[in-house]
Amino acid sequence: MPRKLPALTADNHSFWQGGRNGELLIHRCEACKRYFHPPSPICPTCTSFEVAPQRVSGKGKIASFTTNHQPWTPDLTAPFVIAIVELQEQKDLRFVTNIEDTPPEQVHIGMKVRVQFQQEDDVWLPLFVKD
Amino acid sequence: MYDRLYEKDVAITGIGQSEVGRPSTLSGMRLTLDACLEAISDAGLRKVDIDGIACWPGDNNNGDSFSPVGPLALKNALGLEVNWFGGGYEGPGPLAGLINGAMAIASGLCRNVLVFRTITESSTRQHNKEASALSNKTLGRDSSFAWQWYTPFNVLSAANLVAMYAQRHFHDYGTTSEQLAQIALTCRRNAQRNPKAIYRSPMSMDDYMQSRMISTPLRMFDCDVHCDASTAIILSRRDIAKDCRNPPIHIEAIGAALNQPWSWDQISLTEGAAFDVGRMMWSRTDLKPKDVGSAQLYDGFSILTMIWLEALGLCPKGESGRFVEGGQRIALDGELPINTNGGQLSGGRTHGLGYVHEACLQLWNKAEGRQIADHQVAVTAAGGGPLGGSLLLVRD
Repeated sequence: MPRKLPALTADNHSFWQGGRNGELLIHRCEACKRYFHPPSPICPTCTSFEVAPQRVSGKGKIASFTTNHQPWTPDLTAPFVIAIVELQEQKDLRFVTNIEDTPPEQVHIGMKVRVQFQQEDDVWLPLFVKD
Repeated sequence: MYDRLYEKDVAITGIGQSEVGRPSTLSGMRLTLDACLEAISDAGLRKVDIDGIACWPGDNNNGDSFSPVGPLALKNALGLEVNWFGGGYEGPGPLAGLINGAMAIASGLCRNVLVFRTITESSTRQHNKEASALSNKTLGRDSSFAWQWYTPFNVLSAANLVAMYAQRHFHDYGTTSEQLAQIALTCRRNAQRNPKAIYRSPMSMDDYMQSRMISTPLRMFDCDVHCDASTAIILSRRDIAKDCRNPPIHIEAIGAALNQPWSWDQISLTEGAAFDVGRMMWSRTDLKPKDVGSAQLYDGFSILTMIWLEALGLCPKGESGRFVEGGQRIALDGELPINTNGGQLSGGRTHGLGYVHEACLQLWNKAEGRQIADHQVAVTAAGGGPLGGSLLLVRD
């Protein structure tokens, strides 16, 4: 199934390319120690510039999900599962992803998941599977 | 908190709306002109009285069917001489044109602002079914501030994101599909009394439950219907408004707050921007939710109407499912009629200003065939996820 890939920038490439080394990299503030996403040159909580991508466990739970059935474009293969995964490192540290290799009817809020990277060109998409 | 609440210096004095087509054979500009000229005339004003123009989102995508006509094109077409004009997507949702226009009047930049919103998604989809896919918002790789975090995962419609809000609402509060259906069923019943509505045939609970799944738990009838239409609203300074043709509809309070990230996934999944908006709006008035006689609440997706009911304090948080159950409370003869023209679910996705147009018709007792009991206070709200704005309206 084709995917629209993100344009890489100095701020976002760590997230999209960390998977090259099997690492999920999330920005963290050295001053207040909070993780934040999406990545940015400044901490949105304490406005410190002392921020850098840091490896996280890649484990979390599903905050919400949906099974998409609609073929928005002709080459889309439905159904597939879209989810918001909350990482175990911090409450509300989360992002949109896909749940792979799990029948849609078994997916539920609170389900434990772990990252599994899928390479597309120079992007390593952080997808998730049941943990 | 503030010594002066500037929106109270502004009133709605006229409204207009083009035909609502699926599709229309008229151009986006012609639809716009039909709406705008009707609104100016409805206010009892002349073209030369209009000295401001506002629009959300404006023509920021070079003629894209989501907003094919912006303030610049309209200014030229009508030959308007203005002191202030503005458009742009980056504001508090589909009511942003009204909010910006009201502030331009209150700050003394202009006296009468023509606010409009045009959409031609239906005719565009006749020849390009993918026209509104999020992956087509950018050419090549996704460089957009927001969508780049979703399109790589084949989130190609806001339906997918809003479906996750619905799923979480179901999970946290026990909301059911049968309860969600009441928004669609209520809109369809109201649309049957609105000759301009797109879908007017009866809809049963079975029809709803059997409509095809788009993105769980949202079905086709939970999603609004594309159309070609333009809606226009005239805002006037309070002292001018009292001499206009219609009884002024005062802007009692604006809600425009966003105290969370502008993001579809970093924002509260059960509150969106709506709760921030509601708190702000009620902090700017002595009126209370119990004073509201009608509510026109965004139904781009049915779950968003439920969230607005809670966010505006029209029912307790998490209780919208039980509040709408059976549909009696929100019916035309219920304690809180909503989306009295059929909303966007059945009336057509006029996208924002259609709610304000209908609120005014109801307040002026001009909603022929679907008029509810006389009342002076109405609330309108539009947007979902990080988009959100609301207006509390009071007729003289």
